[in-house]
Amino acid sequence: MPAKASRAAFGEALLDLGARDERIVTLDADLSKSTMTAKFGKTYPGRAFNVGIAESNMIGVAAGLALAGRIPFACSFACFLVGRFETIRVSVAYSQAPVKLVGTHVGVAIGEDGYSQMGLEDIACIRSLPNIPIVQPADELETKQAVAWAVEHPGPVYLRLTRQNLEPVHGDGYRFQFGRAEVLRPGTDVSVLATGGPLWNALEAARRLEADGIRAEVLNVATIKPLDEETILRSAGKTGRVVTVEDHSTAGGLGGAVAELLGEAMPTSLKRLGVAGFGESGDAKGLYAKHGLDEDGIARSIRKFLGR
Amino acid sequence: MANPDVGRLREIAREGRVQIIRMLTHAGSGHPGGSLSVIDILTVLFFHRMRYEPKQPTWEDRDRLVLSKGHCVPAQYACMAKAGFFPESLLPTLRKLGSPLQGHPDRVALPGIEAATGSLGQGLSMAVGMALGLKLGAKPSRVYCILGDGEIQEGQVWEAAMSAPKLGAPDHHVDNLCVILDYNGIQLDDHVKKILDLEPVTDKWKSFGWPVIEIDGHDVAQIDKALDQAEAVTGKPTFIVAHTVKGKGVSFMEDNPEWHGKAPTPAEAVRSIREILGLPAEGGTPPAWAAPILQELAAMEKK
Repeated sequence: MPAKASRAAFGEALLDLGARDERIVTLDADLSKSTMTAKFGKTYPGRAFNVGIAESNMIGVAAGLALAGRIPFACSFACFLVGRFETIRVSVAYSQAPVKLVGTHVGVAIGEDGYSQMGLEDIACIRSLPNIPIVQPADELETKQAVAWAVEHPGPVYLRLTRQNLEPVHGDGYRFQFGRAEVLRPGTDVSVLATGGPLWNALEAARRLEADGIRAEVLNVATIKPLDEETILRSAGKTGRVVTVEDHSTAGGLGGAVAELLGEAMPTSLKRLGVAGFGESGDAKGLYAKHGLDEDGIARSIRKFLGR
Repeated sequence: MANPDVGRLREIAREGRVQIIRMLTHAGSGHPGGSLSVIDILTVLFFHRMRYEPKQPTWEDRDRLVLSKGHCVPAQYACMAKAGFFPESLLPTLRKLGSPLQGHPDRVALPGIEAATGSLGQGLSMAVGMALGLKLGAKPSRVYCILGDGEIQEGQVWEAAMSAPKLGAPDHHVDNLCVILDYNGIQLDDHVKKILDLEPVTDKWKSFGWPVIEIDGHDVAQIDKALDQAEAVTGKPTFIVAHTVKGKGVSFMEDNPEWHGKAPTPAEAVRSIREILGLPAEGGTPPAWAAPILQELAAMEKK
């Protein structure tokens, strides 16, 4: 499989699923070409609703549709979508409206558009709500299966998708399991918990560290909420050191979730890699290098963390 | 729809007002002013217009009510109890720990509530979505949404106002949606005109593409007639501006911002209820259903 953006895989998956289930509808706020629902709209014009540049209304309308028996996917850039937090909080979460919230263009990897377009705090916000699971798939195969899962899931969902292409990390036989973290590369010296865009970089970093005699165990944490406590604690118990890797703020994201888990269940040395402070314009590669989320940066941080 | 029994509806609304005062007095907090201004509208909806099954609150073909001005939910609880969604004995549990009668509507806690509201400005979007979803599902149901006047200062209301007359075109217009503005002229801090005047409110909604009907929101016959007119509109949702009086029915609460969000004391409650029932300050014979409520509140006064 060639590299593909998870937003693109989402658009394709929705097109397929839409043929099988006419309850599926999409909502967009003038970004359907970017969230990749535009094809769905062309194929099923009576089931795609573009509400204009009005994300709060989009989320509320999606809640009403969900409560009237439809399966709405409400889509926008993650920052604009989750920026309407109060509407998500009451109309979706507290109302228990099974809306599928889809936030695309996450992280500094969107590059040139700069900070105001980057979803960097969305996991932290959604994670604070009691009943919205968060899923961030790492490649095309996982994305398509996660979208199919979201359709079946009876409650609200938050899907976190990338603008940039993602190299495949899974073989054809892979089956996404909601709520499960997945050991992609076994190791004994350090547990590397990664999610979304930089997961591939974490795997590359682990390959390089192997040459230096450091055996890193790499886990794909696609379900950020609820966290797979069992798998994470088993790995952390084995290695005694944990590094988290994500294209999100270092506050409140995967790193925050893992810190909370380890702090309470099994205090373990922890290093959180992610974005501290605001993002900025630039090329995606340069930004990943700046924030230490490229292969070199992740490998360097792990060596330092292990004192080697 | 058949002509309403105006006398019966007025009696039910009177009883609703008594229950609102009773609930808030037990709770020791809450919003009497806006509950009393909206009760006549809710009475017509619950007891003459809406189709629902109180014992089967998720019946698919039911009409939906979204009380976007969620702080006035005591008025809805009074109607729901009277309609048989839950026993009237639950009413005094309003706002108490463990009660399904939450301070603001909670659709999970109380079956029959269609949407969690109370964070102002959100209910119209949800009602629009429900109306669209029902159209897509080829359901005959209607959706009613009640907005507060102060509430429409929220930006999301205007996002929804802009979208509703156009959404779903050409096959699924949300003409099954009727929005009612409880225009009582007062918000928490002061009179709406002094905080942020909404005028010209009718022109605003018309310019957004809504047919607008103006009525006296305490005249049950006018309310019912407007709902008839709304139901006859095709291709668009309808907006009803209901001119109301905040605190309607209790002289010392009427048109007084002080009574937006405070509960009466037991003595004030007895005084209010006697006024609502048309009894003199002392003596007179309350109707059989109201006598125990007056006794109950008088007993609270002595504590």
